[in-house]
Amino acid sequence: MAVVTRGFTGRGHSDPKLPPGQYLTEDFPVLSAGPTPRIDLNKWQFTVVTEAGGRHTWSWQELLALPSEDVTVDIHCVTKWSKLGTRWRGVSIDTLLADVESSADYVMAHSYGGYTTNLPLEDLTDGQAWIAYRFDGENLAPEHGGPARLLVPHLYFWKSAKWVNGLEMMPEDSPGFWESAGYHIYGDPWREQRYYGD
Amino acid sequence: MARATVLRRLTWQAASIADIRVETDTARTIVLDLPGWPGHVAGQHVDIRLTADNGYSAQRSYSVASAPADGRLEVTVQRVPDGEVSGYLVDIAQPGDVVEVRGPVGGYFTWEPEDPSPVLLVAGGSGIVPLMSMIRARSDVHSRVPFRLIYSTRGPADAIYADELRRRVRDDRGVDVAYAYTRTVPEGWPRPPGRLDAALLTASGWPADLGPAAFVCGPTGFVETVANLLVAQGNEPARIKTERFGPTGG
Repeated sequence: MAVVTRGFTGRGHSDPKLPPGQYLTEDFPVLSAGPTPRIDLNKWQFTVVTEAGGRHTWSWQELLALPSEDVTVDIHCVTKWSKLGTRWRGVSIDTLLADVESSADYVMAHSYGGYTTNLPLEDLTDGQAWIAYRFDGENLAPEHGGPARLLVPHLYFWKSAKWVNGLEMMPEDSPGFWESAGYHIYGDPWREQRYYGD
Repeated sequence: MARATVLRRLTWQAASIADIRVETDTARTIVLDLPGWPGHVAGQHVDIRLTADNGYSAQRSYSVASAPADGRLEVTVQRVPDGEVSGYLVDIAQPGDVVEVRGPVGGYFTWEPEDPSPVLLVAGGSGIVPLMSMIRARSDVHSRVPFRLIYSTRGPADAIYADELRRRVRDDRGVDVAYAYTRTVPEGWPRPPGRLDAALLTASGWPADLGPAAFVCGPTGFVETVANLLVAQGNEPARIKTERFGPTGG
């Protein structure tokens, strides 16, 4: 039973497009734990490592040569803002994993700068996730994760790792950076899984 | 990058407003009575939820301003345009009103008194709040770790905690404070109004070779600029912890 706060009315109604506890923003706020890494595209690499140690690596040019998709999705940050109808271009994770042999159920996404976040593999496949490199018709800006970030819009946005440089297949789930610092292991915004144990 | 945190499930707790202090024209400190509150680590934040008569509710995150303490908590809230939660807390809330609180949250942007490194705090606007918690925590545990704060505001009237910071510079040995006023400066002020730059970071911060622990908090553009300058001055990126808020912080 929620406590009623005297004198509070707020906007008075919730938008059905917004998960519980979220509010709409037109801006694109930034949440990062440290400085924005600067990445030389000539040295940029994206690597998938399987549980057996197999490695699949793409250079920047190789990534751009893969078939890309344009997607328009709603994004939800655990810090309470949501942004609707954001437009991205990127390569589907299905495309990147097409030749990867793995029976792992979980993935750790790794980023330049050392950031990590964990996800079930089944949340990355079947058209649910991308390595995105364009936002709103422009190259993805560094502070928003450029040159490329993971995009998994059905989970809280910290799962969409900025500056992503690899996926590590894991037989068992293991917490990433924010998941080790008190945030939820899975992060479904529609079930308001913000923090540990929600 | 990872660090250990004690994890426990966070539930909403009713909190009664014990006091409200006027900090600036647009900022208020809300003192909350929170029976059973376990305390926090300086730098963490809490979620505050407000619920209306008709069941509508809104929640936002606010950095804790006070030093860790049992059963009591202070947040300092800056009113933002169209902010439904900040607008209520700054303009409508009165002592005795009850809100809900969940937390503490965030195990990374935190200062632990056990870390002997010199500390650089860089605040833009209301980004001072979690850094003030660190300054207060330092005093409470009688730490002698040297702290330097560089605080950017539009002018002296916009500086939150200005009187307390003056007192702490005088009484808490090892705390230094420098201001970067961006629009208005007091008469005779040595630096013309302007954004925080490399020269001020050099003059009022720490040399990179001392390996300072840096905490930067403020609006996104401010934090981007300062963090990039600190990296350019030779600081390890992993030693620079940031917390950013957008213009619609709520």
